[in-house]
Amino acid sequence: MTPAHLLEIETQAKAEAAAADSPLAIRGMTVFYDQKPAVFSVDATFQPGRMTAIIGPNGAGKSTLLKAALGIVTPLAGKATIFGAPLSERRDRLAYVPQRASVDWDFPARVADVVAMGLYPKLGLLGRFTGAHRAKVKHCLARVGMEDFAHRQIGQLSGGQQQRVFLARALAQEADLYLLDEPFAGVDAATERAIIDVLKELKSEGKTVIAVHHDLSTVPEYFDDVLILNVRKVSEGSVAEAFTHEALDAAYGGRLDLAGTAALPVSA
Amino acid sequence: MLFEALTFQLGYNATLVTIGAVLLGLAAGVTGTFLFLRKRALVSDAIAHATLPGVGLAFIALTLLGFDGRNLPALLIGSALSAILGLFAVQWLTARTRLSEDAAIGAVLSVFFSFGIVLLTVIQTMETGGQAGLEGFLLGSTAGMLFADAALIAAGGAIVVALVFLFRRPMTLVSFDPGFAATSGTSLNRIDLVIMGLVMGVTVVGLKIVGLILIVALLIIPPVTARFWSDRAEHVVIFAGIFGALSAWIGAALSASAPDLPTGPLIVLVSFALFALSMIFAPGRGLLASAYRHRWFQRGVHIRQGLLALAQGQPIYEPLTLRLLSRAGLARADGVATESGKARAARALRDEKRWEVARATPDLELAAARYDGLTRIEDVLTPDQIAEIDARIGGPEAVA
Repeated sequence: MTPAHLLEIETQAKAEAAAADSPLAIRGMTVFYDQKPAVFSVDATFQPGRMTAIIGPNGAGKSTLLKAALGIVTPLAGKATIFGAPLSERRDRLAYVPQRASVDWDFPARVADVVAMGLYPKLGLLGRFTGAHRAKVKHCLARVGMEDFAHRQIGQLSGGQQQRVFLARALAQEADLYLLDEPFAGVDAATERAIIDVLKELKSEGKTVIAVHHDLSTVPEYFDDVLILNVRKVSEGSVAEAFTHEALDAAYGGRLDLAGTAALPVSA
Repeated sequence: MLFEALTFQLGYNATLVTIGAVLLGLAAGVTGTFLFLRKRALVSDAIAHATLPGVGLAFIALTLLGFDGRNLPALLIGSALSAILGLFAVQWLTARTRLSEDAAIGAVLSVFFSFGIVLLTVIQTMETGGQAGLEGFLLGSTAGMLFADAALIAAGGAIVVALVFLFRRPMTLVSFDPGFAATSGTSLNRIDLVIMGLVMGVTVVGLKIVGLILIVALLIIPPVTARFWSDRAEHVVIFAGIFGALSAWIGAALSASAPDLPTGPLIVLVSFALFALSMIFAPGRGLLASAYRHRWFQRGVHIRQGLLALAQGQPIYEPLTLRLLSRAGLARADGVATESGKARAARALRDEKRWEVARATPDLELAAARYDGLTRIEDVLTPDQIAEIDARIGGPEAVA
């Protein structure tokens, strides 16, 4: 064997070891919608205990990558492992916060009912919903500042409040990995701050947070790592390494000029 | 007559029919709730119409094998098998072709129904077919119902209700948020299969009493009615069961006390009456309540805006505002504030200023999101917080 071969084997072994440690490792993920690639051969290894933003232009496949990793969308190729094992063995360790607009908020449920849904998987079919569960629901609502709204019909909530209810439901799942799809889309400033505070708390507890994000200006302030996508992976790594002008230019093309890249707090 | 019918004193057959109908109504109501919440109510229509060829084929098979073609359990098994085929056809067309679900339902429903009607016509020409009475499965026929038939309906209904109770949580999850349900370990396919299986169970059990054309009404109308009365899925299920049972009970009793009137259609009409009453009178979501709420809110906003205008010495042009203010004794008809109007106006202006400061204060921003132009700030913030705001109103603003 030549040294080059050995190096290759070593690199591969390292990648596999990293995947085994990683809260979410994605390999060769490819999704097509109607013969058009939405996500093409994306590899990504997310680091434990950190907050990662998945960014990219509209239609870059950010949400699709997340959904494919979670099995909500069936990929054409590729796989994802969660803490080194397939999703089916690790469901109890992850919490997913879908886009707010993906559900019908006229559904007959109160705020507390939605948060209680986070406890359903552990309750199973026959488990009794006890006072301890009710207390946990209350606690999760308090963490997102919504305890006064527990008995509100969910249809009466503002967009920001809906988003916080979804986050509270994820908190009730007591996961180690939190995956959020556009948690800051269309929310008021107060909600954005409340959500980022909770996410930072989760990080300080050693949890991993991955969020699809669209506001480039807040990336360095909110997140440790980024994954920049435009159907294919453009760059991946810490904000200092990966959130660069070159990477953003590559992902957004000329489109970002309108917003003015110069003003963005990107890494040199 | 009606009273006797409602209290089960109208003879053996009428009592059997009523008890069977009540259990069917209960089962259909609770099952239909999840169909309705999952927004797939019309799939039940395809399932129901797809039962007909199964009934016909089962009858033909039984007859050819030398058995009595009218054996109810055998006919129901036949109907279930062809309903499964129909459901599968809808699922397949939706998943594998570009047809949307409504188009797939329309196609499957009419094709299966046509085939069933052809089979019924063929059976008419058979030697034993003339008195088969299979047309009864179209709109239900309760005359000559046997104890065994009623027992079958009761047992089927009880099983359906028990399964709905068992699967209530995953069915709620899947109905509200399929993406979340999938990631948290609830198999969408499996739960949808449970819902559709239950719908099929109700349909098959209900063939005898209401028939395949009207069963969809019992699956859809009671849940929609129940939705007017509750904002919680678990209560909607219970109310839907109650409304379904109540409609069946009254409908069956009506038909028993007026023997020429058909049971199934009467049950559906009673359930519609409950729906109409709920739509108009239900608190919260009913039409009257909504209209009243709208008027009340409109009045509140007009008075508030009028008061703010008075407080700032601006003229009021809107006639409705003037009318409301003078009716409340806050202003004269020409728009000049009364004494109590002046006091209220000053208070409204202060409240508005406090809200403004609260909105600009990072710590209070969350609470300030509750501003709707009517809620008083005292109802949202503590006296301490308000004192803090008042200090600020007097502070920086005076400097500026």
